[in-house]
Amino acid sequence: MQYTTTIKAGGSEKDYWKELWLNRQLLWILSKRDISVRYKQTLLGVAWSVLRPLMTMVIMVFVFSLVAKLEGDPGIPYPLMVLAGITIWTFFANTFTQISNSILINSNLVSKVYFPRLLMPLSSVAVGLVDFMISFTIFLIFTVLSGYPLSWNILYLPAFVILTFVISLGFGLFFAVLNVRFRDIGQLIPFIIQVGFYICPIAYTSRLVHGQWFEKYYKLNPIVGIIDGFKWCLLGDKAYFDVQSLYSTIVISFFILILSVLYFRKKENTFVDHI
Amino acid sequence: MPVIVAENISKKYIIDHQRKGGSPSIRDIVNETVDKVFSRKGKNSDFAEKEEFWALKDVNFSIDQGDRIGIVGHNGAGKSTLLKILSRITEPSTGQIKIEGRIASLLEVGTGFHPELTGRENIFLNGAILGMAKNEIKQSFDAIVDFAGVEKFLDTPVKRYSSGMYVRLGFAIAAHLNPEILIVDEVLAVGDTEFQKKCLGKMRDVSESGRTLIFVSHNLTAIQALCNKSFYFEKGRLIDQGETTHIVTNYLSKVSHKSLEKHWDNIDQAPGSDQVRVKSFRLLPEYQDNLSHIDVRTPMHFQFEFWNLEEGANLNLSMHLYTFTGECIFNVGTQSEPFAKGLVTGTCEIPGNFLNDGSYVVSMMIVKDTSTVLYNMEEALIFDIEDFRENVTWYGKWPGYIRPQLNFSIRQTEHVVND
Repeated sequence: MQYTTTIKAGGSEKDYWKELWLNRQLLWILSKRDISVRYKQTLLGVAWSVLRPLMTMVIMVFVFSLVAKLEGDPGIPYPLMVLAGITIWTFFANTFTQISNSILINSNLVSKVYFPRLLMPLSSVAVGLVDFMISFTIFLIFTVLSGYPLSWNILYLPAFVILTFVISLGFGLFFAVLNVRFRDIGQLIPFIIQVGFYICPIAYTSRLVHGQWFEKYYKLNPIVGIIDGFKWCLLGDKAYFDVQSLYSTIVISFFILILSVLYFRKKENTFVDHI
Repeated sequence: MPVIVAENISKKYIIDHQRKGGSPSIRDIVNETVDKVFSRKGKNSDFAEKEEFWALKDVNFSIDQGDRIGIVGHNGAGKSTLLKILSRITEPSTGQIKIEGRIASLLEVGTGFHPELTGRENIFLNGAILGMAKNEIKQSFDAIVDFAGVEKFLDTPVKRYSSGMYVRLGFAIAAHLNPEILIVDEVLAVGDTEFQKKCLGKMRDVSESGRTLIFVSHNLTAIQALCNKSFYFEKGRLIDQGETTHIVTNYLSKVSHKSLEKHWDNIDQAPGSDQVRVKSFRLLPEYQDNLSHIDVRTPMHFQFEFWNLEEGANLNLSMHLYTFTGECIFNVGTQSEPFAKGLVTGTCEIPGNFLNDGSYVVSMMIVKDTSTVLYNMEEALIFDIEDFRENVTWYGKWPGYIRPQLNFSIRQTEHVVND
């Protein structure tokens, strides 16, 4: 088989996506690297992934339910609602952070060897996905223990996980590129996540926003629809979920993803000049 | 048949004198934009700080299948930039390159090794990063382990490896790549002599099997041994190409002519600082032929002159000698003494039979009060020392950076008495 490569200014390959596919083994190996590195040399290992969401949940239940006397959707135990919210939010926050930092963290690779750069953000998602599986299992155990019925809505769950991935990739790729150009973007990311935690329906339900004057601005945030939908899958029809808002969520998510992939492709060949 | 055709390759970098290293922060950009919008003066002053730098300029060449190309040139001549463009790590600012065939580049040994992972895991990781398929790695796995000699440590994290083992494992993986075109950058700068021989042997196998090789090195002996053709880069331009022997001779003669002496007659244009200005720096060998080749046996001295502009300053000189590849061989300093305004001269003698053959780089520092560096003249002189006594064959190079003649003798200490 004859390979022909053309290198020129501003031009990524026309067979970029084919090349990405040919490099799928590398994607797998980079993901495996991140996962095994993460659990080597830690005292509690995998236990961290269990402890973190649990502790967050306990604190949130204490603060919002016992102190602030917030209530969830009628008929749904508040702790379960919070746990569902945290599970999907943590997945978003982790993948978003990891994607944003993926190019800088791998700068030794960027400056020494070529492969489609998109592999780095894609592989950085692996750790977040493993953590998600763990906290999802915790959620299931809790639900069963508390005797709350699981609903058939859970069959839609993969769709929401994929949507979360799409939106975190969409935001993350922008930040990954900016992070290479401007190092202080890195400082901004934890702040964005902190703000996001409060403007998304994690500790409260979107039902509280329903009918308020700011509802339409609130729903512009594509993550709102995803979190509502995720809760609806896990907690059943008692959870507040406005299916209408899902359409705008999907459109906005994919629109952002396409823009950021284009931006990433435009910049990826000169990353090394700024590292 | 040409496998690589490059047309009008240029690479431009913007050097920003305002910022000392690192990437700009958002604040810098905001400040600049505000300046640009609100003041006309800002526009001029800011742009004056930015300077275009052409790391490569209008480079054209074509490489045939099976060619073994050596690339020579000083630091900053554009060699590494060319390799980066060929290996697609960065893109050119203008121009186009067409490459036929699978290309693999080896710009570093052990790219992407993760210290926490074991040797076994790193073989698969590094192999995949270099573009090997999993079954290719599996097939060559035993050969890689054998070549590197790390059987016992396969399941040890590489952070516990000695630096030698680390490098050997890295090269062993790269050596089992099977590309049609192989790009190699100065890999031989690492590892001991034994290992360097192994690397060169492997690269010779590659070139003898009819594949195309592009090799950048400061080690001219290695280039002569491996490459049939060479490119000579200077200041981003490809100034000469052809038979390796011809190019290397051309390069060597320019190196010697250019860098054995540097001098400035005008104090205002001389390099330096507010307190000192450099007048001249010379390397004076005791014997020299007309092509300014310096033999290993030749004693020589460095003469460094500078103007002292501050009355009564306590000054001393500090000289570093490096190999061409950047390892420091020694650092010597003078006593610190007070000097009046005017010309100061420092002389350092290097005995014959001390340095080995090879290329060397000298830097000179002027230091005040034994602590403040007033001026550091980096890469002040570049020179070659050659060994004319024996025919320089590849394995003939004496190992080591220095080659001192020490008192070392043998004598008979006991006779066996025949009964």
